[in-house]
Amino acid sequence: MSVSDKNKLLEKMQERVNLIFKDTDCGAILAKGLSMKPDDIINMVTDSGLRGRGGAGFPTGIKWRGAASASGNKKYVICNADEGEPGTFKDRRILDEQSDKVITGMAICAYAVGASEGYIYLRGEYNFLKDKLQSNCDRWNKIFNSKGINFSVNVRSGSGAYVCGEETALIESMEGNRGEPRNKPPFPVGAGYMNEPTVVNNVETLAYVATIIEKGADYFKSIGTKDSMGGKVFSVSGDCSVKGVYELPLGMTIEEFVNIFGDGDTKAVQVGGASGVCVPRKNFATTVIGFEGVPTGGSMMLFNSSRSMYHVLKNFLEFFEEESCGQCTPCRVGCQQLLKGIEAIRAGEKPMSYLDELRKLAATMSVASKCGLGQSVASPFNSITEHFREEICY
Amino acid sequence: MTTNKSLSEAIAKHGTRRESLLPVLQYVISKERWLKEDLLEDVAAAFGMSPSEVYGVATFYSFLDTEPRGRYVIRVCRTISCDMAGKSAIIDALKNELKVGVGETTPDGLFTLLETNCMGWCHQGPAMLVNDDVYTELNPESVVAVVQKYRNMEKQ
Ligand SMILES: Cc1cc2nc3c(=O)[nH]c(=O)nc-3n(C[C@H](O)[C@H](O)[C@H](O)COP(=O)(O)O)c2cc1C
Ligand code: SF4
Ligand code: FES
Repeated sequence: MSVSDKNKLLEKMQERVNLIFKDTDCGAILAKGLSMKPDDIINMVTDSGLRGRGGAGFPTGIKWRGAASASGNKKYVICNADEGEPGTFKDRRILDEQSDKVITGMAICAYAVGASEGYIYLRGEYNFLKDKLQSNCDRWNKIFNSKGINFSVNVRSGSGAYVCGEETALIESMEGNRGEPRNKPPFPVGAGYMNEPTVVNNVETLAYVATIIEKGADYFKSIGTKDSMGGKVFSVSGDCSVKGVYELPLGMTIEEFVNIFGDGDTKAVQVGGASGVCVPRKNFATTVIGFEGVPTGGSMMLFNSSRSMYHVLKNFLEFFEEESCGQCTPCRVGCQQLLKGIEAIRAGEKPMSYLDELRKLAATMSVASKCGLGQSVASPFNSITEHFREEICY
Repeated sequence: MTTNKSLSEAIAKHGTRRESLLPVLQYVISKERWLKEDLLEDVAAAFGMSPSEVYGVATFYSFLDTEPRGRYVIRVCRTISCDMAGKSAIIDALKNELKVGVGETTPDGLFTLLETNCMGWCHQGPAMLVNDDVYTELNPESVVAVVQKYRNMEKQ
């Protein structure tokens, strides 16, 4: 396929989904939401099958139900715009172009769970967006005020720490602390920001809430598959013929994906960012992108046969080693040892069989680490070392 | 009380409740680019915290620098997509142009050269930040032009 044919095909595919980037009347969506009973909103979101778009894929309706039934003096809604996962940039575009939908989704969430304050936690790397986003918050706050809606939303900034995308680290950071993840439970829906019930949702999740209220649960369900309903906004980078941000239905195979985005020589796709899994060419046809196959926050990085997977893995491990908050030993020491370990094998200082020790270490990290950062290092490590063992060793 | 102008402004704007700590430090960074030790002590006094606790928070965040930084802090993305797009050539061009290594500041105090992790422009790499400004699809020539742009701004 030529690039222009690919673009045409993509346009057609996106036209079928086209929820996030299509302009719509958010004032009307808000009015529609507020005309419903809070409980009915939660049921509708549950029924839509919407699952968190930040990576973990937790059912949004169930999360909201938890916050709605929790008791507290005050409740909060936080939009997670920390977007630090390598290869992810879709939230930036959503906030740049469609922050109305995100804020509307937050207001509807607040109404449904009984929250009165909202925050958008924007990563420091996106400071260039901050003033624009805050002015839009100010504009909406006036609207909420004039309609007698007890809700306000404001922007808070991060300062360059990947782990602050983890929801409890994000909350610590907002409270003025080091962004070190908390033990869970308690979950934020019970005790989050200021120890009060707090919903933390991804940017894209909240934007989809607005479209679900607008178009109904059935419409959303009709896109995607039984286990992965709705659209998904993908961030596509690496060795591609076409790259950027695309909203597509969930449930495609990697092969279908690579046929459109690849450069004709794709040997591996890293799905879900540095903390996701690496799918080798031989598995493209059988691997589904979605919760039934490889779940993803939307990061798709393509590697062609000129790339060294040793180099890729090393780059990921350097990332984790630096971004580990250091709070718990399995992750702090584990990330270092995995990195040192592959370097030692490569340099011939350790035998190839040492890789199996390292794979065991990664597996231990996935059960013994305190938060998702340390727990997920095994995903790239074990998938890359399984499929590209020779490239790691020689 | 503090004699630091940026800190006074930050406190006037955000107050001294604990949840304002990051916004206050971020404001100072936006004006001064790094947090001096005596400033952190003033922050501690204003927030009723120990200086070591303030220091502990600041050092957790890579953008809250506690070491001397130039007026323009350059952060080149080193994560995989930018790396594959030619990040090393960008670093080399900057080292050559600025005559400093990564982690160093030019003697005139204008530029600090750093690397950073994925900054959300992977489809348009190599990418870098200069303070809050984003530059994408860089090549060894265009990155020198960016540096020159800031130098010219300083001359005016
Ligand atoms: C290390 C780490 C980083 C994370 N970064 C983000 C992020 O940048 N954005 C995000 O929405 N979720 C991120 N998450 C997931 C959040 O903890 C949380 O599950 C998510 O914000 C919930 O929203 P959702 O259910 O709408 O996806 C991260 C998790 C971990 C462990
Ligand atoms: S797993 Fe890593 S990032 Fe998470 S709490 Fe432990 S040390 Fe910190
Ligand atoms: S890899 Fe450089 S911006 Fe994401």
